[in-house]
Amino acid sequence: MSLILDHVNYVYGEDTALAVHALKDVNLVIPDGQFIGLIGHTGSGKSTLVQHLNGLMQPTGGAIYYNGEDIHDKDYDKKRLRSKVGLVFQYPEHQLFEIDVFKDVCFGPKNLGLSQKETELRAYAALKQVGLEDEFFYQSPFDLSGGQKRRVAIAGVLAMKPEILILDEPTAGLDPKGRDEILDQIAKLKEETGITVILVSHSMEDVAKYVERIIVMNQGSVLYDDAPAEVFKHYRELEKVGLAAPQVTYIMQALAGKGMPVDTSVTTIAEAKQEILRVLHRTV
Amino acid sequence: MLRDITLGQYYQADSVIHRLDPRVKLVATIGFIISLFVVDSWIGYVAAAIFLAFMIKLSKVPFHYMVKGMKAIVFILMITVVFNLFLTPGEPLVSVWKLTITKQGLRTAVMMAVRLSFLIVGSSLMTLTTTPNSLTDGMEKLMNPLKCVKVPVHEIAMMMSIALRFIPILLEETDKIMKAQIARGADFESGNLIKKAKAMVPLLVPLFISAFRRANDLAMAMEARCYRGGEHRTKMKPLCYHAADRAAYCVLLVYFAGCVAIRIWL
Repeated sequence: MSLILDHVNYVYGEDTALAVHALKDVNLVIPDGQFIGLIGHTGSGKSTLVQHLNGLMQPTGGAIYYNGEDIHDKDYDKKRLRSKVGLVFQYPEHQLFEIDVFKDVCFGPKNLGLSQKETELRAYAALKQVGLEDEFFYQSPFDLSGGQKRRVAIAGVLAMKPEILILDEPTAGLDPKGRDEILDQIAKLKEETGITVILVSHSMEDVAKYVERIIVMNQGSVLYDDAPAEVFKHYRELEKVGLAAPQVTYIMQALAGKGMPVDTSVTTIAEAKQEILRVLHRTV
Repeated sequence: MLRDITLGQYYQADSVIHRLDPRVKLVATIGFIISLFVVDSWIGYVAAAIFLAFMIKLSKVPFHYMVKGMKAIVFILMITVVFNLFLTPGEPLVSVWKLTITKQGLRTAVMMAVRLSFLIVGSSLMTLTTTPNSLTDGMEKLMNPLKCVKVPVHEIAMMMSIALRFIPILLEETDKIMKAQIARGADFESGNLIKKAKAMVPLLVPLFISAFRRANDLAMAMEARCYRGGEHRTKMKPLCYHAADRAAYCVLLVYFAGCVAIRIWL
């Protein structure tokens, strides 16, 4: 059970003066159960890439395989693929349309042709998974706050029970509190269900805390694809492509530069604290 | 998908036509459309075709862009052709059951088709080579004399430019919402008419909400910058004619005179 991208290329507006090579020879293997961060500067092709993963966009070159089947085969069931590879777009709250929250979340499973009962069970479970309180279930989605709307939209995709959940900038436009809440919820969800999660972001800070693998995109191609600690070692190169390593990396690098024997590969504040205390021979 | 609509979409290139004053292009387009109705002989249409082909060549816009614009009117074109073909009285040519194709009918049908397609290609050439902003600028300047009779020229131009500016934005938005709903298993393509219409609800509701939100934001931004309509407003780039524009007017005049001459003497 995995998603394989084989020499995927995509050109926007092929044969026009405005042709843009958005994806250049992308090769990726996404195995089951990983928590992946897909990072890139604006216009690096990350949004284009994720739209290829569930067959919304067709590569102009190369192929994509899900569980060993080419997803652009003529008789491949794209609808089933889209239920298995759930994609939450940027600002997903803009897609809400039903008269109440619950009905909106039912939209996905209903499209899969499930029974009324199964649909409602799934919708209820999904809304619980994103941590929305029962009192909001029968309100109009347009009366909710920004963060709540986003949860509802994410639940709308979760209700289809995807095996791979892709979230395109799920924290865009949220305040720090809302951002942490959403990310924590996603991490919790990942832990409970064991699904594959791909978190698209332009902020290393956001993903460093959660993911086990980081894919860095730059100008349509994959620049790095490794564990976070390995990727952050290239913090100088990351700066050149308009990204940055988490602040922790900078502090640890600076400390090491001053002669303190700290391990510079830590990625979170908690780990950094432990590491500094260890070097100073103190424990908490 | 919906991106195929070219009417009102600008094609970036550096050509003589792109650099012309928008007023010239507006007058030329209107002149060209009138000329299509002035001429009524094949020579006239050949002349119009040559003129149009020459302009397309000069504009450096790929020809298939023009054809894309045609797709939108295929239906209207078909209706026109069919009605003219069967309902024009005259000398019968072919007769099947109750339908008769007359010689005159065939002639009008073909002429109408040519006229309509030239009309569309001609006006898409203008919108493809002129940004919406300069187009409305030109329109405002051309309609300026109407201010004397209390026509709110500036307001009309502003509404036009906002409407034109919103076309690509809303298309993009439609595309995005459509994709988001397809990702949730929505199906916009299969099923009968009623099913298809029902499938549009998840697309139209978010689209309307987003259009209102955008309109609201825009109004707020304009207010915040103390926008107060046309009185005493100056332009950063006032329109003025250059040598190329005068030359273009001459070319247009020659073409138009030619069309009138063809009508009178041929």
